[in-house]
Amino acid sequence: MPAPVREAPIRVLIAKPGLDGHDRGAKVVARALRDAGMEVIYAGLRQTPEEIVEAAIEEDVDLIGLSILSGAHMALFPKVMTLLKRRRATDIPVFAGGIIPDEDAARLRRLGLKAVFGPGTSLEQIVTTARGIARRRA
Amino acid sequence: MNGPPPLTPAARRILAKDRATLARVISAVENRDPAIVPTLRALFPRAGPARIIGITGPLGVGKSSVINALLAHLRGLGRSVGIIAVDPSSPFTGGSVLGDRIRLERRPGDPGVFIRSMASRGHAGGVAAATLEVTRLLAAFGMDIVLVETVGSGQVDVAIREIASTSVVVLVPHLGDEVQTLKAGLFEIADVFCVNKADLPGADLAAKDLRELVSLAASREGWRPRIVTASAREGRGIGELWAAIEAHEGYLDAGEARALAERRRISAELLGLVTERVEREVAEALASDPAVGQLLDRIVRREIDPHTAAAELAPPARRRSRRR
Ligand code: B12
Ligand SMILES: Nc1nc2c(ncn2[C@@H]2O[C@H](COP(=O)(O)OP(=O)(O)OP(=O)(O)O)[C@@H](O)[C@H]2O)c(=O)[nH]1
Ligand SMILES: [Mg+2]
Repeated sequence: MPAPVREAPIRVLIAKPGLDGHDRGAKVVARALRDAGMEVIYAGLRQTPEEIVEAAIEEDVDLIGLSILSGAHMALFPKVMTLLKRRRATDIPVFAGGIIPDEDAARLRRLGLKAVFGPGTSLEQIVTTARGIARRRA
Repeated sequence: MNGPPPLTPAARRILAKDRATLARVISAVENRDPAIVPTLRALFPRAGPARIIGITGPLGVGKSSVINALLAHLRGLGRSVGIIAVDPSSPFTGGSVLGDRIRLERRPGDPGVFIRSMASRGHAGGVAAATLEVTRLLAAFGMDIVLVETVGSGQVDVAIREIASTSVVVLVPHLGDEVQTLKAGLFEIADVFCVNKADLPGADLAAKDLRELVSLAASREGWRPRIVTASAREGRGIGELWAAIEAHEGYLDAGEARALAERRRISAELLGLVTERVEREVAEALASDPAVGQLLDRIVRREIDPHTAAAELAPPARRRSRRR
């Protein structure tokens, strides 16, 4: 049966870099994006920046979402951005959330992260942002 | 035909093992982008039939974990491995959480592995509409073996048989009643049974029960399903599982079985592709036919029944599509 031809869903990779075991936020965000009609590749805990970038390329995602609550964001997020550059994949936008102080968030945005969210952010706002920044297909 | 069709730039990059291009072409196939057809055409004659191994079974039995263990085993043997892991899409929102990657050990930088998660996008039978075509892309990319994980579901999903050369049904100890409900379709699709989680009690008993069931069932075209107990968690039984899969592949190669299965597979695919075209053409033809509107009015007024109306419409529609 031919499936009805409809717009391609947005594909998002949700990953937790580093050793941080707090995964509630990442799971909540993954579910919210799914309920908004997106295909969410949930890569799980303890990912290295290399693994995240490789997965993003293999899965041809339109958006990468990173979650860290451990405080290691300034060590790990810039690495992801550097690797994306090295793999010529900077057309994949990145956003993030977790426990990230405002001054760090500002620096991360200067590094190219499209948005950084802290505790209590509404899922509606996260979904709207995701739709707004996801890569558009030609 | 004189020679294979010309290579497109994307086809050339896939043959040169460009991962990003492969990933984008897979998306185009999933999105049914007609612009990708010349690339598929170019690659088709350049990739032989790869070994496509289907891994199916109920929710949570350890399909992804078994694939992870097989992946390590096969990389140890120097074989390259493509993996397609299918998860269901929500029928309401179309969204999906694809979680099989969690169980797969990541090996960035290993050119001999390519993993792709795929949402079923409303396709029934435990796989996605694009799965078969993507197994071919992975073969063209140079993967020796393609492992396909189906959606985990309560019933037996037979669509994997139209894709895989060997189908492995993963079960766990103490499925009990569940095996009873699965039974009907099980023996039509299983070339190999894998009783996983053998680190838990009851695996030997489950294997014995299965063995009884298998001995009662008629052998299918000269093959009796093999039964292997394994623990993906402890890495036990994985060599035996691969040996059972290879035995089935050997059986396929020994006689006509592989050619027959390939023919059956392609005939199903062809039927699907032709149906899709005819359906589209007929729908377009009917939409532009003023007689249809009048017929609809008459059906609503109960002056004519839908069956008679369909018979009135069908022959001209067929003639019209043949003229093209
Ligand atoms: C629950 C919790 C735990 C649970 C975690 C359970 C789990 N599986 O997730 C347990 C008890 C295991 C735990 C353990 C620890 N915890 Co704790 N934990 C918390 C707590 C109270 C709540 C976190 C939570 O789940 N929130 C609910 C979710 C939904 O919110 P969220 O993750 O913030 O996500 C929201 C946003 O941040 C954003 N978001 C998050 N991720 C992403 C990703 C993307 C892409 C986007 C767009 C948005 C986004 O959107 C979400 C919705 O609004 C926080 C305190 C706090 N108030 O945040 C401490 C906290 C995070 N923990 C902390 C610590 C120190 C620890 C431990 C080290 C404690 C210890 N000494 O043992 C351990 C380490 C565990 C480990 N292995 O890493 C500290 C971290 C300090 C720091 N960063 O400097 C905190 C901040 C407490 C504190 N004030 O000290 N913890
Ligand atoms: N004890 C034990 N647990 C296992 C084994 N293999 C997998 N598991 C566990 O079973 C759970 C499900 O494993 P998965 O590999 O995700 O199972 P799956 O069949 O792929 O699941 P779905 O894709 O959701 O249908 C996880 O908690 C695994 O850790 C095993 O050999 N022994
Ligand atoms: Mg799985």
